Amino acid sequence: MNTHVKPGDPTFRDLASEEFDTRVHLAHAREQALVRKYEDFLIVDVDSHHYETDAFDEIAKYITDPVMRHEALFQGMARGGITSTDGSYQELAGRITRYPNRRKEKVPAEPHRDITLMHRWMDPMGVDIAVMFPTPMLNLAVCPRVELEVALAFAYNRWLCDTVLDKDPRIKSMLYLPFNDPAACLKVVEEFGEHPGCVGFMVTATHYKGVYDNAYAPVYAAMQERNLPLGFHAMFSWGDQSLRLTNRFIGVHALGFAWHNMLQLTNWVTNGMPERFPGLKTVWIESGLAWVPFLMQRLDNEYMMRPSDCPELKKKPSDYMRDMFFTSQPMEMVDNKAALEVTFQMINAETQLLYSSDYPHWDMDLPSTIYDLPFLSETAKRNILGGNAQRLFNLKPVYADWKLQSRGE
Amino acid sequence: MPEIRVCEHGEIADGAVRIVKTGRLEIGVIRQTDKYYAYRNLCPHQGGPACEGLRMPGVRSQIENGIFMGQTFDEGDMHIVCPWHGYEFHLADGTNVCDAKLKLQRFDVVQRDGAVYVVV
Repeated sequence: MNTHVKPGDPTFRDLASEEFDTRVHLAHAREQALVRKYEDFLIVDVDSHHYETDAFDEIAKYITDPVMRHEALFQGMARGGITSTDGSYQELAGRITRYPNRRKEKVPAEPHRDITLMHRWMDPMGVDIAVMFPTPMLNLAVCPRVELEVALAFAYNRWLCDTVLDKDPRIKSMLYLPFNDPAACLKVVEEFGEHPGCVGFMVTATHYKGVYDNAYAPVYAAMQERNLPLGFHAMFSWGDQSLRLTNRFIGVHALGFAWHNMLQLTNWVTNGMPERFPGLKTVWIESGLAWVPFLMQRLDNEYMMRPSDCPELKKKPSDYMRDMFFTSQPMEMVDNKAALEVTFQMINAETQLLYSSDYPHWDMDLPSTIYDLPFLSETAKRNILGGNAQRLFNLKPVYADWKLQSRGE
Repeated sequence: MPEIRVCEHGEIADGAVRIVKTGRLEIGVIRQTDKYYAYRNLCPHQGGPACEGLRMPGVRSQIENGIFMGQTFDEGDMHIVCPWHGYEFHLADGTNVCDAKLKLQRFDVVQRDGAVYVVV
């Protein structure tokens, strides 16, 4: 017997017979958005992903070299199995169900599948504008075939512009720079720098070229001239000599995603790059935040004793770092509110921190991770969730349809 | 206490889950080795639908005299795995496997006359 239950209530869902739908998967995110009244302000997600592997046949057709194009179409682009150096169990061996289920999700014929899937997570989360990155391609820079990195960089960037960025004003990208070839990087900036939807360029942090190399000076100058930020997207490589000592994914991921950006940022500051390219803004993506206070303290301490090592600097390393931008995810939130508050103060979060979800990856953060922080003012929350990114990327606000409808616009 | 009739016994397959929604309250009713468990479908981490993911046995490392011998599944300790981020909770009592302070809200389940009820 049902007692005290209204007519028509309750409802039942049997998961075994349901098809996967991102909007259902994220229904609780939608509730969070409504309760927190996200319709009142712009939310920009500065780090989100799609799986370019799903559209690789389309992307491969953009490769201009016919031999490489044939090879790419034949081989495809997929993560390897259990013995691959990419370590393919970041989806926790099926525990994060959207990984295997995503491939079976049904979408209409139009618009492109990637646009539909992006909207299906952006809308529930309350995200209006998302900066979108690839996934397996983040480790392309460790591929020993430099010419392949260059070919795929151009193919991917052209495909993304034609297929996604040109079609949807809510989706942006910092386009891929093939960092192992500085001349090709410059060509990428020149070809795509003015393209609508391209809001900057991205280097994956897993590479083995010094960011200070003079060969990159024309690249940085070209980006500075266009007021386009340079993003360093963290990644891990289980092929890295030191990280090969980790035998569990938690180790290679926790260290790798922080370590490679620590390495690039240290070189960036100690070589005085912020003085050499004072108008070039940098964004440090997907390393979380806990590493930033550590590096500020560490570099400041050594700089005071070794100013002769970095004579280009006119202020302390941490002062340069406070001018940089950091994305929030994966934000370290377990039992450390006090440390998190200090971190926010140290990085001038109210102006420099950019909300990021990393959706659909396993350690994604919802906007509520920022909105619910007790030590932030409403203004600070809105800056971090969207205002800072809007100013950094000079974005024209484009709101989700449900927000406009909710506001009667 | 109000009860909601969830199903006939056997209507939910062993290992499966039925989500019951009443008002804003969602409860996952899980059948596992012929017992029924009911927890609020809300993860204390980021609010994910905790009961909509997999049930997986806990993973145990086998250490003998300090030597790692391998790993195995503990079938006697099934975990509810939140599909958003992988937070794991003991099916038996809803406590998080890493931090017992985190809990899924538990509801009583009653079986009567061949039917299964959750007490809300």
